[in-house]
Amino acid sequence: MITELPETLAEIRADFIELDTRERLQLLLEFANELPELPSRYSEHPDLLEQVVECQSPVFIFVEVNDGIVHLFATAPREAPTTRGFASILVQGLAGLTVQQVLDVPDDFPQDLGLSEAISPLRVRGMTAMLGRTKRQIREKTAA
Amino acid sequence: MTVETDSSSRFADYAHPERLVSTEWLAEHLGTPGLVVVESDEDVLLYETGHIETAVKIDWHTDLNDPVERDYIDGVGFAKLLGSKGIARDTTVVIYGDKNNWWAAYALWVFTLFGHEDVRLLDGGRAKWEAEARPYTTDRESATHVDYPVVERNDADIRAYKDDVLAHLGNPLIDVRSPEEFSGERTTAPAYPEEGALRAGHIPSAQNVPWAKAVAEDGGFKPLAELNAIYRDGAGLIDGDSVIAYCRIGERSSHTWFALTHLLGFEGVRNYDGSWTEWGSAVRVPIVKGAEPGAVPTL
Repeated sequence: MITELPETLAEIRADFIELDTRERLQLLLEFANELPELPSRYSEHPDLLEQVVECQSPVFIFVEVNDGIVHLFATAPREAPTTRGFASILVQGLAGLTVQQVLDVPDDFPQDLGLSEAISPLRVRGMTAMLGRTKRQIREKTAA
Repeated sequence: MTVETDSSSRFADYAHPERLVSTEWLAEHLGTPGLVVVESDEDVLLYETGHIETAVKIDWHTDLNDPVERDYIDGVGFAKLLGSKGIARDTTVVIYGDKNNWWAAYALWVFTLFGHEDVRLLDGGRAKWEAEARPYTTDRESATHVDYPVVERNDADIRAYKDDVLAHLGNPLIDVRSPEEFSGERTTAPAYPEEGALRAGHIPSAQNVPWAKAVAEDGGFKPLAELNAIYRDGAGLIDGDSVIAYCRIGERSSHTWFALTHLLGFEGVRNYDGSWTEWGSAVRVPIVKGAEPGAVPTL
């Protein structure tokens, strides 16, 4: 089944693809700087967050589903800008999507951003894992 | 050597004190002709968030590894890379990075494969520079291209392949991974991604000395007496030993290679960069599980 990518994700992908390798790194850094702070209900309760162990640096995510709309929260240290960038792309790209829209995002979306050459395929794997864990949390929360 | 060495007393006891510079020395020497500062990090974007003024960036993965084969770049690739970073054959190179210079030491080891003579580490790396509130810049990398000669890599002296390790059994091996990886509880460093080893454990007879034992609280190397206690008294290394160090992909063991070679003065230390991701997936190589080194196998 071929699903059309939700608008925000499609825009993010287009923004990356049209840049050269060096500028893609710069864009990823801009995303890293835009990662929002956690709301206090999570920053004060780190136990609620799930660690993405596939990433080299400590990154934690939490997914909320309200009225069928997905909200992803993520935190990663300042000294891990690549990981922050991955998280920020997903936080922005998935914002406001329905459960089904997020589940329909292709699992290999991170490989389509043209980052493999810029940062190495090994590192891109961390973002793939982050997307996979986000979907798993959504499935668990909506299964009941 | 092109630029004077750091003669501070802190390094005087080491076998090769000229291989380290202090943060003070670097701050004083920034901009000196003949000196190029290189940042090498685990995180490929960290340099862009702020780096030491004039520093250029070399990434272990996208710059130093061959993009196709599991190997390092060749002489042509190295010449092109270094030339583009403004490094000539006689340039003094000072490398620093995150994670206690883990990747900086790896880059230094690769530079050594190509026989680049004057390559040093900034003791303490990014952590110490930051702890001392020294400045960073977000200026874009700007290097004037220079010519670097094509020098073929010489792996024989400081790099071990799997067959070299098999032939080496009976001589000292240092496994610098975490105790959990050594014993076989896991195949990756705690909190690190799986990089694919099919079996867990360690090479028989290897001593487990996690790489970070060589690091002091400020991120720099421990004094010689403490290093001697760890590697000579603890791991039983004696002068004249032929030593091979390994980890998971050869990065952490580059740090130990640096300590053994340049600080403790062991000669002929080799880094097995295939490390556990090769050994732990190879067919019919001996493996020991548990916390004890285990006996040397008869092959």
